[in-house]
Amino acid sequence: MVASLLEGNEAIAWGAVDAGCRFFAGYPITPATTILNTMLKLLPPRGGICLQGEDEIASMGYCLGASMAGLKTMTATSGPGISLYSEQTGFAVGSEIPIVIVDVQRLGPSTGSATKGADGDIQFLQWGTSGGLPVIVLAPVDVKDCYLLTRHAFNLAERYRCPVFIASNKEIGMTRESVNLAALKPPEVMARLQPSPGSTPFLPFDTSHGRKVPCFLPVGDTTLVRQTSSTHGPDGYITTDPDQIARNQKRLLHKLNDAVNRFTFYRRLQPAGASTLVITYGVTSRAARAVYERCRQQGAPIGLLVLKTLWPVPEKLICDTAAPYRRLVVVEMNQGLYRREIERLLPAHPVDFLGQMDGRLITPEQIEEVVRHG
Amino acid sequence: MDSLLNLDRPPVFCPGCSHTRVTRALDNALSLLKRKGHQVAIVSDIGCSGLFDTFFHTHALHGLHGRALTYAAGIKLARPDLTVIVTMGDGGLGIGGAHLLAACRRNLDITLLVLNNFNFGMTGGQYSVTTPTDALVGSGFLNRLEHPMDVGRVAVAAGAGYVSRCSSYRKDLAAELAAAIRHEGFALLDMWGVCTGRYTRRNRMGPKQIDEALGALEPLKGPVAANQRPEYGRHYRQAAQGLTDPAPLAVPLRFAALTRTRQEILILGSAGQRINTAGELLCLAGMTGGLQATQKNEYNITVLRGPSLSEIVLCPTAVGYTGITKPTVVLALSDEGVQRRRAVLRHLDETALIIRAADVDLPPNAARTTTIDFKALQIKGPDRALAALTVLAAKKTVVDGDMLTTAIELRFKKDVRQKALALVARVCSGLQ
Repeated sequence: MVASLLEGNEAIAWGAVDAGCRFFAGYPITPATTILNTMLKLLPPRGGICLQGEDEIASMGYCLGASMAGLKTMTATSGPGISLYSEQTGFAVGSEIPIVIVDVQRLGPSTGSATKGADGDIQFLQWGTSGGLPVIVLAPVDVKDCYLLTRHAFNLAERYRCPVFIASNKEIGMTRESVNLAALKPPEVMARLQPSPGSTPFLPFDTSHGRKVPCFLPVGDTTLVRQTSSTHGPDGYITTDPDQIARNQKRLLHKLNDAVNRFTFYRRLQPAGASTLVITYGVTSRAARAVYERCRQQGAPIGLLVLKTLWPVPEKLICDTAAPYRRLVVVEMNQGLYRREIERLLPAHPVDFLGQMDGRLITPEQIEEVVRHG
Repeated sequence: MDSLLNLDRPPVFCPGCSHTRVTRALDNALSLLKRKGHQVAIVSDIGCSGLFDTFFHTHALHGLHGRALTYAAGIKLARPDLTVIVTMGDGGLGIGGAHLLAACRRNLDITLLVLNNFNFGMTGGQYSVTTPTDALVGSGFLNRLEHPMDVGRVAVAAGAGYVSRCSSYRKDLAAELAAAIRHEGFALLDMWGVCTGRYTRRNRMGPKQIDEALGALEPLKGPVAANQRPEYGRHYRQAAQGLTDPAPLAVPLRFAALTRTRQEILILGSAGQRINTAGELLCLAGMTGGLQATQKNEYNITVLRGPSLSEIVLCPTAVGYTGITKPTVVLALSDEGVQRRRAVLRHLDETALIIRAADVDLPPNAARTTTIDFKALQIKGPDRALAALTVLAAKKTVVDGDMLTTAIELRFKKDVRQKALALVARVCSGLQ
C-alpha cells in the first residue's frame, strides 16, 4: 500500500483536476490559500488556467465566464470571500452556470479569526443570495472526503447546472492526513447534457424535453449561445411574462429539492439497543465517532448520523434515521445553525444540543457528557 | 459581409441617444473585420450599455454591474480564438474599477467599449465617475465635490496597450472601433456621447460640445508605445509550456509498526525551528511503519516570530479525532511553545514522555523526561526539532531510526537531504 500525506485543501485540488476541472480563479485567503497554490501547480501543466483574481468578485466572474465557455471551473475562499461571492453566486443559481465553490470555513463573523476553524457559514451558504432558491452544499469529514466529495461536486454542478458548495473547515483543509487516493472509489466523471443533434433552434434555457435541467452549449461554438443574469425565458432574452417567470422559478426550486435523495451522502451507524442518535457533520463527526466507539465498548451504544449533504436538507434520510430513537443530540461547530433544521423536521423528538464557537475542536469528552447527561 | 444586427430586436434607446449610432458603427466594424456571429462574444454590463448584446446575432453574456470584464476574461482564456467585446457605461467603470485596472495590467485580448455619457441614465441621471463637476445631475450637489476620472489616462497608467478617446459622432467611428478590436491585447475605446433621457435635459451637451471638450484634452489615439507587450493568454500558454505535473509524495509501507495504540505527539517550539517540517517528517516516518497520521499546525500569522506548534496523531487504525488532549510524547523546544500548552503538560502522568531542551522550563508534571543540551551539542535553533525527533527515534517507541531516515529521504532532495541525514548521524553518535 502506498499512501500520501495531504492537506484537505490539496485533496480538493486533486479531486478537482481528476474530475476534469480546467479553470480555477481565487483570491488568497487563509485557510483556503493552499487550494489556490495547489491548483497553480496542477492546472498549467494540464493545459488548464489558474488565475489569482484581483478580488473575490472577479475570481467568481472569471470562473463563470470560463464555465459558460464550456470549462469545468472551481473557486475557493473562506467566509469573507463567500460574502463577496454572493451576487455572482446568485447569477450562477438563476442562470444555471455550473461551478464548484469551496468554503474553507474560519471563525466569523467578518474577518474573524483567520486560523481558527468553525462551521459558521452553513446557513449562509444556502441563504446568502437574493431570490431564495436552493443550492447544493456538501460537507467533508476528512481528507478522503475532500477528494471524493469534490469529485461528486463537479458531477452535480454539471448534471444540475448549478453552483455546488463544499463546506470545508480550517480543521480539515489545513490538517495533513495520510490517505491512499488510489484506493478510493470515485464516481464516473460526468459532463453537461448537450442537446441532441438536429434539435434546432437551440434555446439556452429550453426544458420542453421534459427534464428540469436545460441542455448546454458553450459560448464560442458554431451555435450562438445567450446568457443573462436578468429574468429570462427559454430563449435567454429578458421576459416580463408572469407565467413564464413563475414556471422558471418553480423549476429552479424543484430541480434540486426533488432530486436530493439522489445525492444524499452520509455515514450512518445504528447499533441495536441504542435510544440516542447523535447527528453531526464536518470535522466534528470525528469526535462523535470516537464517542460512538466508547459507548459501544461500554455496552451503552448510541446511533450516529453523519450528514455529508447539508443542502438541500436530506429530509427523508434524517426523518427515516431518527424515527426509532427516543432522543436526538445535535453537535456542530457553531451556535445551532443546523439544529433548527433537525427540530423543524422532528418536532416530537427531544433534541439536546452541543455547539461551540471558540476556534477549538469539540472534544469527544464534551460530546460524551451531553450524550450521558443531556 | 452581412450585418450581424438582430432585426427582431432593434435598438430601443431614447430618441437622440448616441448609443444607437454606436450600435450601427459596431455592426459596421464587425463587417469590416469580416467576423461571423459565432466568432464574436459580446459581454454587456448593466444600464443602457447592457442592452447591446441583444441587438446582435453573436454569442452574448449579460451579467452583473461592473463585472463584465471578468466574464469576458474567463471566456477569452477558455476560447482564445473568439473576438470578445465588452460594452460598459461610465457607471460600470466606477463600480468595476478594480477589474478595469486588472484588465489593463493583464493585457488579455479584449476590447472594452466605454459608452461614456456622464451619468447613470437608467436609474435617474445620478452622477458617475466621469460626470463633470459643474454638471446638473440627479445627485444634488454631490458631483460638485468630486473630481471626474479621465478613464483614458487611468488606463494608460495601468498599462493598457491601446487607449483611444473619441466622440460617438465621429464619421469614421466604425473604423475607430475596428482598429480597437483588431489590436491584439487589451484595448479601451472611450466614446463620448449624449444621454437625451437624462443628461441633456439640464446640461448643454451635443456633438459640438463633445468635440470642444475633447479638443481641450491631450488626445489618446490607440497604441500606447510604452505599454506594448505580449498578449496575456498567449503569454500564459508559453509560460506554462514545459511545466511538469507533480504527483503527491508516495510513502511506501516498508516497516512493521512499533506501536499498537494511538500516539499523540505534541511539538512545542518557535518560528524558525522548522516545527511544521518536523511534524511532517514524523507523520511520514510513522506511515512507513503502516501507521495512519494527522498533523495540525498552530503559529502566528507573522510567520517568522512567535510560538510554533505541531500536533501529530499516529494510529494503527483510522485516526478519528485530530485533537490532542493527553499527549503520549511532547517535544518541548522553546519556552513560548510550552507556554501555549502549559495546562496540558501539568496533567501528564508517567506514561507520557517529554523530550526537553535544557533551556526550556516545564510546569510541574509526572512525565518521564529526557533533557537535551542543544547548546553543548552545538545544535542551532533550526535543527532542534529534527534533533529531538532523532532522540525520540532512538527510543524506538513511536518510530525508529530507519523510519526517520526513510522519511528524510522521501521528503528532501540533494543538499537538504544530506544535511538532515548528517544531523541525524551526529545526534545519534552523541547519544552513544
